[in-house]
Amino acid sequence: MYRIRLFATRHARAFEWLYAGLERVMIAADPVFRRIGYQRIERPVALIERAAKGLLFDCKMCGQCALSSTGMSCPMNCPKTLRNGPCGGVRPGGYCEVKPQMKCVWVLAWDGASRMKNGDRIGEVLPPVDHTLKGSSAWLRVSREKAANLRSATEAARTVVAQSFPAARRNEPSTAPLAPEPPAAQGRTEA
Amino acid sequence: MTETLFGAPPRYPDVPDGQVSGSRLEKALRAGKFVITSELNPPDSADPDDVYQAAQPLGEVVDAINATDASGANCHMSSLGISALLSQSGYDVVYQVSCRDRNRIAIQGDVLGAAALGVRNVLCLTGDGVGAGDQPGAKPVFDFDSISLLRTLRTMRDQGVFLSGRKITRPPKLFLGAAENPCVTPHEWRPERLAKKVEAGADFIQTNYIYDVPLFEKFMARVRDLGLDKRAFILAGVGPIASAKAARWIRSNVPGIHIPDAVIDRVEQAEKPAEEGKRICVELIQQIRDIAGVAGIHVMAYRKEHLVSEIIREAGVLQMGRRKIAQPT
Ligand code: SF4
Repeated sequence: MYRIRLFATRHARAFEWLYAGLERVMIAADPVFRRIGYQRIERPVALIERAAKGLLFDCKMCGQCALSSTGMSCPMNCPKTLRNGPCGGVRPGGYCEVKPQMKCVWVLAWDGASRMKNGDRIGEVLPPVDHTLKGSSAWLRVSREKAANLRSATEAARTVVAQSFPAARRNEPSTAPLAPEPPAAQGRTEA
Repeated sequence: MTETLFGAPPRYPDVPDGQVSGSRLEKALRAGKFVITSELNPPDSADPDDVYQAAQPLGEVVDAINATDASGANCHMSSLGISALLSQSGYDVVYQVSCRDRNRIAIQGDVLGAAALGVRNVLCLTGDGVGAGDQPGAKPVFDFDSISLLRTLRTMRDQGVFLSGRKITRPPKLFLGAAENPCVTPHEWRPERLAKKVEAGADFIQTNYIYDVPLFEKFMARVRDLGLDKRAFILAGVGPIASAKAARWIRSNVPGIHIPDAVIDRVEQAEKPAEEGKRICVELIQQIRDIAGVAGIHVMAYRKEHLVSEIIREAGVLQMGRRKIAQPT
């Protein structure tokens, strides 16, 4: 709803905080999600996401959420679906060129960003929308990616430890591949 | 080199050192010349002669001619057609590309085609909404926005690949431009938006009409603070007003044009409004050229090309070396 959308950008800071929290929870839940299967939870999560973000931000489910770098003002509400800032046609008072009764989403965005802790992210150059992602859950995609990155970082660290200290092998997961296995670890004693 | 019916075509030229495109516009700007560009009013005709005739009065005074891409969402001869005709008859052209009418597949292909036809300057625009034009029922595309378009063309030029990652065997050598509108809201963010355009790949900037010099000065002060005038060449947009009535109509009907009441009143009270409108334009140029960080002007005179050369001559900016290169006060 337009009213709530205005409210959201006015309270962009609070929503930024909320979003960071949600992301942490989703990342923590990654092992559970993986056990159930991301495929299987995609639909229910997308449904919830659509309802929540639809209400708050007039979200259009582009599937590649940019809210945290656009001052919590959804760029897909711009009639030109611009992802990188306002067009040159903004009307006096900050109203939209195409829909004069609506505030320009980018005027709201910059206003929201100026209230946010990481508001300078609005300066990032965003890629054009990938239309194959439309309708999918951006929450899941982001948290899944971040969780996967975290996992591979930990794995990498473990691998290095295992390679450098053969004795550490026993404490390390079986995925650390390259360290020669000490016989003791295999339940054998040196002949 | 493949022989054609007409003999060997010219090779795609190499770019001189220190330049990205080898266009005359780029060369003049890098040499510190105070540059003048203007736009050609596209004909509603299939006759190349109409293009040549419109270009002729501009050619004598400007460094490059902009070929507009259905500006105001009104249908005319395409900017690609005009750019090709003019480039091949020796003009330096700025090929305008708007995101309103074509998706990423069409635009990347068109740009390659334009480069092959001799185009060296491209201006990346978002484009006015279709509702502003003569066919408001059209489907607005806006697959890119001006900034993602800039980044894409820069990638094609510098990395030699399409957005898909597929290789371009001979990348297009282009001088990339973007527009900015310093005098419309949100004023405080316009310089930041310009920064984003420069970051995305803009080598030069052509602004929309400026009638409010104090506002533009404020904008330029911030632009200098951000160091943007050192990273991109900024051409300020100006144009004559025909009458007070026309100015009021433009102000309320054409997106993104801010004309202060004082300017309109001055035209209204003058004995010869059109003369006064021209006079104001000349004065604007004279004020703007002294603002630090301004590398040139872009004169837009819709349906009044013959005025452009008069204005430029009267303003005394022909062959003017660039003064005050970015000296913050
Ligand atoms: S005025 Fe703002 S919301 Fe409207 S089309 Fe331009 S950028 Fe989008």
